[in-house]
Amino acid sequence: MARKTPEINAGSMADISFLLLIFFIVTTTMDTDSGISRRLPPPPDPNADVPIINERNVLNVLVNKNDRLMVDGRLGDINTLREETKKFLSNPTNDINLSEKKEQNIPGLGVYPVSKGIISLKNDRGTSYAMYIHVQNELTAAVNELRDELAKNKFGKKFADLEKTETEAIQKAIPVSISEAEPEDIGGTK
Amino acid sequence: MSRFKKGGARELPAISTGSMPDIIFIILFFFMVTTTMREVTLKVRIKSPEATEVQKLEKKSLVSFIYIGPPIQSRIYGTESRIQLNDSFRSVKDVAEFIYAEREQRDEADRQLLTTSLKVDSDVKMGIVTDVKQELRQVGAFKINYSTRKGAGAKEVAAAE
Repeated sequence: MARKTPEINAGSMADISFLLLIFFIVTTTMDTDSGISRRLPPPPDPNADVPIINERNVLNVLVNKNDRLMVDGRLGDINTLREETKKFLSNPTNDINLSEKKEQNIPGLGVYPVSKGIISLKNDRGTSYAMYIHVQNELTAAVNELRDELAKNKFGKKFADLEKTETEAIQKAIPVSISEAEPEDIGGTK
Repeated sequence: MSRFKKGGARELPAISTGSMPDIIFIILFFFMVTTTMREVTLKVRIKSPEATEVQKLEKKSLVSFIYIGPPIQSRIYGTESRIQLNDSFRSVKDVAEFIYAEREQRDEADRQLLTTSLKVDSDVKMGIVTDVKQELRQVGAFKINYSTRKGAGAKEVAAAE
């Protein structure tokens, strides 16, 4: 004779799940990792020749230990750095003091004058990390804004919304050309 | 038969709590999915600087972290910025070994994609960061990521001056 199994009391289910819930709420950390991505250059080869780069193609950005900026030999301001970088890279008026351009055939874009400009970033050992990131951020912003403008012009979309091939074309047209100079101890540590 | 009942205080029917476990379960699942357990206990204080042009780090399993900042227990370890690898304070020389160990843990195919995320406090001086970067260059860990929070970066530096 099969006897009926007594029903399990499910009333405490809510309490059990409450306990689990509280555990996860306490242990959860909502931080998503984000940041500014960079690619470091390979270590310098002592036998390699120093590439000859025209003076006008380099934008020198120096940050000293007091977090002050020097842009191409003049006292710089962090608030105008983005505009200056954009102007240097795009060089809309073909100024002879700003970067040269070289016509290149880019698949998907056609012939586009690619800037030969390089931004050389140099910091002191005493520069604060906050300032360094701020400068990096402004330089990245300049490149991103130029890319956005070009993407709007050519494809009518923002750079982030482009298809993969279009993204690659824009990346070729406006490369991230930020070079970090070999470190030097100028202002002393701390 | 009257259309309108007299006597205001009618008893409200009790709200059924039968669906309570289901609701709690939904919230529970939400937290279970979004949660990320901390893998290391931080021994250094890290307040990341803010930036606007941040990118999300993809593929968390391919990221190794280097923490740099002033020690939390400043009474014991002082206020000088230190490097933390895994669970202990290390010097710049140990960075290479750390990267080799991190590579060893990954599949052969993934090793090239390994990203090093630098979690650095905003008050840290660049000297120590530069040393770490030079060390990373030497061992060929070229992909790095400066960990930042999303926000208006301008304020913080202006306040620091």
